[in-house]
Amino acid sequence: MPPFVGPEVAWFALSPLLVLSGGGLLLLVVGALTGRWPRGLYAAVTATVAGTAAVLAAIQWSRIADDGPSTLVAGALSYDAFAQFLTITILISVILVVLLTDEDLHESDADGPEVYGLYLMAATGGIIMAAANDLIVLFLGLEALSLALYVLAASARQRSDSQESGLKYFVLGGFSSAFFLYGIALIYGGTGSTNIGRIVASLQSSVTTGGDNALVLAGIALLLVGLGFKVAAVPFHVWTPDVYQGAPTPVTAFMASVGKAAAFAAIVRVLVVALPFYREDWRPAIWLLAVLSLVVGSALAVVQTNVKRMLAYSSISHAGFLLVAIEAAGHRAGEADPGSGVVALVIYLLAYSVLVIGTFAVVTVVGRNASGDVTLDAFKGLSTRRPALALALTVFLFAQAGVPFTSGFVAKFGVIQAAVEERSYAIAIIAMVAAVIAAFLYLRIMVSVWLSGESSDVDGEPDQTLRIPIGAGLAIAAAAAFTLVVGVMPGWLISTAEAVTTYAR
Amino acid sequence: MELLVFVAASAMVLGGALGVILMRNPVHSALGLVLTLFGVAVHFVALEAHFLAAVQVIVYAGAIVVLFLFVIMLLGVDSAEDLKVDGLTIQRPLAAIIGIGTVAIVSVAVLRTRSTIAAGPALEASGDSNIRLLSRNLFSDQVLAFEITSVLLIVAVAGTVLLTRKQSGPTGARKGS
Repeated sequence: MPPFVGPEVAWFALSPLLVLSGGGLLLLVVGALTGRWPRGLYAAVTATVAGTAAVLAAIQWSRIADDGPSTLVAGALSYDAFAQFLTITILISVILVVLLTDEDLHESDADGPEVYGLYLMAATGGIIMAAANDLIVLFLGLEALSLALYVLAASARQRSDSQESGLKYFVLGGFSSAFFLYGIALIYGGTGSTNIGRIVASLQSSVTTGGDNALVLAGIALLLVGLGFKVAAVPFHVWTPDVYQGAPTPVTAFMASVGKAAAFAAIVRVLVVALPFYREDWRPAIWLLAVLSLVVGSALAVVQTNVKRMLAYSSISHAGFLLVAIEAAGHRAGEADPGSGVVALVIYLLAYSVLVIGTFAVVTVVGRNASGDVTLDAFKGLSTRRPALALALTVFLFAQAGVPFTSGFVAKFGVIQAAVEERSYAIAIIAMVAAVIAAFLYLRIMVSVWLSGESSDVDGEPDQTLRIPIGAGLAIAAAAAFTLVVGVMPGWLISTAEAVTTYAR
Repeated sequence: MELLVFVAASAMVLGGALGVILMRNPVHSALGLVLTLFGVAVHFVALEAHFLAAVQVIVYAGAIVVLFLFVIMLLGVDSAEDLKVDGLTIQRPLAAIIGIGTVAIVSVAVLRTRSTIAAGPALEASGDSNIRLLSRNLFSDQVLAFEITSVLLIVAVAGTVLLTRKQSGPTGARKGS
């Protein structure tokens, strides 16, 4: 046998992952060996680690623009603009969520490094999913992210609904991971490899020779079940309301931003990058998932009274919008001119991640002062008690509804435009109707905030008990500023995002 | 002979798997899992993957299921869940239909593609080639996946600490799982 030669490792290209996992590990080990750190230090260290990784990813972005994409470590990871864009999206979300978490943990006297370590490890998993060029690597990233989310959902142990949500998420998530793994096995059986580059090469030769493909088709079906669960697309959505409601609110924000971004990145990697030859087969399935998510998510959101449950159903409807972008990308997947579906998708993911964290940040602040009550009643009269907070919430809800001059409009417009470009008129119309239905839900919250009088005391004085902690205030301000800036001047973001469609295989 | 081994091992795998989900006593379910994992080991032997077969028996059938049994014993063997409670009457028939449908679809897909599935590279006959090939694959093509597994383990450790750490104050509730 020839002597063993290990694969070449481009350390700089891996640096965001190394910084994140190394920082997370250090935080856990040092945090375990020392006593309780001063208030806010855990959060500051975590945000610094995530920020460093984001800066490294931004440097890599410009290098990729110069040198072109490539693959890393024997083709296990892709080093391309898509991966870097998602990396930065995920890291921005981590920083914003960390700002929220500090107060939440301190309040329940549960300060400690574990939650922050899990955030960093979950982000590592999410970035691995976004950059994966091998289905096994993708699965491991998915598991790292999901396992961390199961634990985080149950992390408010003194509340039974948090425990319940963690357990529900764990059982259903494990079930869906099994489907995903079975799908990988069948794709391996059909193509002889789990590496996306080799899968594409194998399919290229078998499609031209007209081989039988039932195994790959069955694999795609099972992969769609697993991925559909992770993005909470109807009919795999039933876990979402319970888990979103039961989990601590910062964790819910983390799930809705990092979890969704990573899962949609995985869908792009699996369907658009690895399986463009089967686009005529998977596109109708995506179409159906998108329409069901849009309709069911919007319709059921309207009848809820708990704001976290409302936002859970609205996240299902947002998942429908994102699937519309995948459907649009499916028309020209694998061609030299890939269309604008994936560009619209990444812009939507970034905009949605920021604004959903902003929304949940306001919910955290309001819920804490109403001792955990986040029904519509808790929001009554917020405009008289805290006008600034009410204004920020209004910006986020307008953005979720897709009102012009907010990032939500830019995102929704991009998706609809991508669908219309591919002549998917039916799905574009359904998406717009669903957006109108969903707008009613956001109006309900706003009516509660602005038009309902104070429920308990009527003097109209600013309520000093409704305290906005510094971290949450910063996160809300940053998210609101981003939402408005992107909404007013979307040009730079769109032109930046246009680079993401050159994938490394 | 090969067919006989295959049928016997498959019967073990399937019988054990059915036992895991059908037995009322969780200890019996765990023992059914042992049978399944052992059957997989027999399959590995039949495919001449002797090292994997040994690892399968030592790690899975030996260590992991024993851990399962520990947990079951610690939580109490008698705490069999009553599965009779049913929320929606349509749920069970629907689950059966979808389960059988999934099995049927996958089976049909495998049967239809049986002739075109590419044969893997033949193993060399020498005694240690198994371990050699495995390690070469693990430390070249799959080295990143190998490393990411450690991220997964860190998550598991941190999660365990978070879920079992004693909380100060009277609210510190005990978490069973």
